[in-house]
Amino acid sequence: MTAQGTPVAGAAGSDAIVLERLTKRYGGRAVVDELDLTVRQGELFALLGPNGAGKTTTVEIVEGYRTPDGGTVRVFGWDPRRNAGKLRPSLGLMLQTGGLYSQLRPIEALELFAAFYPDPLEPIGLLAQVGLAHVARSRYRDLSGGERQRLSLALAIVGRPRLAILDEPTAAMDAQARRETWGILRALRDGGTTILLTTHFLDEAEALADRVAIIDRGRLVALGTPAELRRGLGTLRPDGTTAGVVPDLREVRLELAAPLDAERLAQVGRLPGVQALRVDRPGVYVIRTASAGDLLVELATWLLAVSIEPLAIRVGQGSLEDVFLRLVGEGDAAGVDGGGDAS
Amino acid sequence: MSTAQAWRAFVAQARVELLLTTRRGENLLVTLAIPLLLLVFFSTVPLLPPPSWGGRQVDQVVPGILALAIVSTGLVSLGIATAFERAYGVLKRLGGSPLPRPALLGAKTLAVVVTEILQVVLIAAVGALLGWAPRGGIVDGVVAALPWLLLGSIAFCALGLLLAGALRAEAVLALANGVYLVFLLLGGIIIPLDHLPAAIAVPASFLPPAQLAGLLRGTLEPGGVVDPLQAAGLAAWAVALVAATLLTFRTE
Repeated sequence: MTAQGTPVAGAAGSDAIVLERLTKRYGGRAVVDELDLTVRQGELFALLGPNGAGKTTTVEIVEGYRTPDGGTVRVFGWDPRRNAGKLRPSLGLMLQTGGLYSQLRPIEALELFAAFYPDPLEPIGLLAQVGLAHVARSRYRDLSGGERQRLSLALAIVGRPRLAILDEPTAAMDAQARRETWGILRALRDGGTTILLTTHFLDEAEALADRVAIIDRGRLVALGTPAELRRGLGTLRPDGTTAGVVPDLREVRLELAAPLDAERLAQVGRLPGVQALRVDRPGVYVIRTASAGDLLVELATWLLAVSIEPLAIRVGQGSLEDVFLRLVGEGDAAGVDGGGDAS
Repeated sequence: MSTAQAWRAFVAQARVELLLTTRRGENLLVTLAIPLLLLVFFSTVPLLPPPSWGGRQVDQVVPGILALAIVSTGLVSLGIATAFERAYGVLKRLGGSPLPRPALLGAKTLAVVVTEILQVVLIAAVGALLGWAPRGGIVDGVVAALPWLLLGSIAFCALGLLLAGALRAEAVLALANGVYLVFLLLGGIIIPLDHLPAAIAVPASFLPPAQLAGLLRGTLEPGGVVDPLQAAGLAAWAVALVAATLLTFRTE
């Protein structure tokens, strides 16, 4: 059964991680459900999904922490549990739940982990690179959540791993730290390290990943490059068997200085050509349509009639977020149906 | 991993374990300060019944304090520290690193042994200042006591790790300290069992604190006799606790 929309590139030797029909159950419920995935060597691969989608369970199986209930997992051709001793020196792990000795200083922690690897990065330089030079001699317990995350990232890469597996690497970081982390991860990938990361940040997957797999309830629902996913390629049917369902993602994004009241919102919803209307945030509306050109004319006419000066009107493809919301079914609650009563 | 690399990992881990031992103030309190304080107090304040052989009070206090030191290092210090390492995900993170498991265990063992050597030296030194005169002299006495110290150490480290690998860290913290206090008062460590009511002394005599203290008394007290049943009992506890720990320990 080939569930992937993208063919596996090259020979088996070029794949870093191969999951075949991977299944993990907790209390009878399948948390990971016959998941097929291949991460190629040298790529930055993002596993995207809502909370509880099975991302952490999947990576912890790849890391050798969990035994699958079904299917197979191979990392550089090895079984991560039985060949843990062979694999560990090639892996750098950043766990969601991996803490440190509260009394240890970041520089000491980094020197400790550097001693585990044959050719480690220089700890002081790495600490500066992740922006922790100023707290190098603080106790771990005194670090902020974001600083702990950055230290955790440094511990994962200090050994120059062939494969870095990063579970929610930017979860507790502020915007600037996230950008810096993205830079580090890109540089790491450009240096030849394969990276598998999980995230529930769509912008992170979109900005960073060579390929993205969207999983929901333990199943693969889409796989492709961010550009492919935005175009609706790589989407899988819920049964996971057929690739290439192309959702129509043309949309018009309307930004106004003030939010529309319910009556005017309903008027927009009733304009010819509107398939769906979503309130992105107050004053920002995303209209899905089959014909953007016709809709623009209607919209401009209506704006003129009601004397509203728009801040911006943009026509484009859907963002990864639209694909995501459509696939994992969280968009329904936020969306407003175009044809119905939009109050 | 090459042998040289494994050795490097062990040295680094051992260095961190020793560093952390010195940084955990509450650990130093329970492993060093409290035993020494109790040693001085019970040797100088005549609260305990005088020794049956008519010697100095310190002669019957030191063996119990040595037993207490072993309990505090294995059960309290190692147990609680490991419980929090598990709760905070330190063990999980190390488990995913190339650090070989024997290197981690070896580093922890080294930190325990160093602590215990320090404890024994300090207790013997303070005891000597108080006039401690064990059978055969202090050096020979301590050497003769080493097998029991080692056996007790295995039993109480295993007990600490058994709790640490099975219970929540907060539960281990409360339980280890509570059990420590009960052992200290009613386990034959400070007050010799024959001065306790039979309802307490009889059950306590089957437990490792009383067995360890009894063996140390038998070895160190003038006219003391080692009870082979106590030795067998403590050895059985050590084996059972190690086995239980190996079977139940969870790193997450």
